Amino acid sequence: MSLTLEQVRRVAHLARIEISDAEAQTTLGHLNGIFTLIEAMQAVDTKGVEPMAHAQDVAQRLREDRAVEADQRAAFQAVAPETENGLYLVPKVIE
Amino acid sequence: MIGQTLKALGAALAGKEISSVELTQLHLDRIARLNPELNAFITVDAEKSLKQARAADARIAAGTAAPLTGIPIAQKDIFCAKDWLTTCGSRILGNFVSPYDAAVIEKFGAAGAVNLGKTNMDEFAMGSSNETSYFGQVKNPWDRARVPGGSSGGSAAAVASLMAPAATGTDTGGSIRQPAALCNLTGLKPTYGVVSRWGMIAFASSLDQAGPMTRTAEDAALMLNVMAGFDARDSTSLERPVEDYTRDLSANGSEKPLQGLKVGLPKEFFGSGEQAGCEAGVMTAVQEAIAEYRRLGAETVEISLPNMQHGVAAYYVIAPAEASSNLSRFDGVRYGYRAPEYSDLNDMYQKTRAQGFGDEVKRRVLIGTYVLSHGYYDAYYLQAQRIRRLIAQDFVEAFRQCDVIMGPTSPCTAFGLGEKSADPVQMYLSDIYTIAVNLAGLPGMSLPCGFSNGLPVGLQLIGDYFSEARLLNVAHRYQQTTGWHLQVAAE
Repeated sequence: MSLTLEQVRRVAHLARIEISDAEAQTTLGHLNGIFTLIEAMQAVDTKGVEPMAHAQDVAQRLREDRAVEADQRAAFQAVAPETENGLYLVPKVIE
Repeated sequence: MIGQTLKALGAALAGKEISSVELTQLHLDRIARLNPELNAFITVDAEKSLKQARAADARIAAGTAAPLTGIPIAQKDIFCAKDWLTTCGSRILGNFVSPYDAAVIEKFGAAGAVNLGKTNMDEFAMGSSNETSYFGQVKNPWDRARVPGGSSGGSAAAVASLMAPAATGTDTGGSIRQPAALCNLTGLKPTYGVVSRWGMIAFASSLDQAGPMTRTAEDAALMLNVMAGFDARDSTSLERPVEDYTRDLSANGSEKPLQGLKVGLPKEFFGSGEQAGCEAGVMTAVQEAIAEYRRLGAETVEISLPNMQHGVAAYYVIAPAEASSNLSRFDGVRYGYRAPEYSDLNDMYQKTRAQGFGDEVKRRVLIGTYVLSHGYYDAYYLQAQRIRRLIAQDFVEAFRQCDVIMGPTSPCTAFGLGEKSADPVQMYLSDIYTIAVNLAGLPGMSLPCGFSNGLPVGLQLIGDYFSEARLLNVAHRYQQTTGWHLQVAAE
């Protein structure tokens, strides 16, 4: 299979990565090379094989619904690009 | 003291032949001299390291030292370390000073080890040559025109150039074992779930596993003793009894200490079929290592891993899929880089990520986003997961016939800087022998087994789940009768 330039732009939009026309063109070439490698997988007969998401078949552990973390808001917000009054600032979303 | 094993350094510290401050300073001096060219470290902070060294000296004086107390260890820059710049090799974390310690960093801290600095790596551990780092390529101490391997290339170069006695690495598709092979080190990727991933910046969560990069198997066992253990904060950490990974390493007077060991040789690694893209010099060294194992008493059996050939394809669906999800957290809101100019929120995300991520990371995020998107999920993601199970089942079958599997770690020795960086597919094939081990979640090692044209060759050992102690013993016995691991690159 072969991707199209339009698909590359669409996926870049979904991934929230700005992409110029020149970058999209280069990316298309690379991705098509990689998908040629990946396509070989389609020849494998996997009928009846259960997908394996994880190396160990373990169930998620549950814990008591109780706060265990100490308040580290100040330390965590110290590394944020922009905060005010303990809140993270982003461009206005709702007018 | 430069070039000594962890075991020897521990004895020297205990015997008061040297203090931790002196030992740390010796290594810092060496870093100051060699790192400008090798670029193995992204961050060195002598003040922080020496503060830990002083505390270690106090602990040694008080008689409460643990085996690694006072020994400087280099930490891959994928581990969050409190108050240390933690970049993961990326511009997007180029200003990120971690507010907390990863579980692995906590454990080394509790053991009294000294953090010697944060090592360079492929951006978000995506690469096999350390060339995708935002902080520049790392040079291989054995030949400075060549790559050290990746993604733990900085850790490998730091230990191979004796700037650090040992280092940590992480391995998602071969990122400990391949650089260990290319730099003449002993590297161990434990069974998935043995070492906590908490605070270790995620690439592909179902594959990522941390482990040691050292000069000997004995040292790797000492490191794993510190690193392993259950951690409730990592939902995939396994609750198992604590093991002493050095337990099988004590002297064995027998001429054939590995009598009874069954070594499986996959015909797919050694055959002449599709998988035989292995350099002749690498294969020769690996065959000689296997002959040495026979002399040590091991018996070899041919086995088959018929689905291994599809490992790279399945991996390049699964790992990018997981990465595209994990890396969605880098949005310029809570930490890290934010683009200086943008029009609205969406534009801020798109510009931040376009400027913050390098080309290889973008490629993998795009692949991952594509294979998970509507209409492609079944054909790619689920098919890859089914192949993953077939590969894991091949290993289950193989371990009915043998105790440990051997083969090359990498199909080639260290390649030239820039040689493969223009062609992602060629780069991906560097991990052809290591990837299946991650997909199955098994432990794997690489150990030095000779040279080809003056460049190190690694022998890969693959064990059954939780067989780390056995693998370390199998590696240790070989290192007792061979000297490849003692070879050091000329300065």
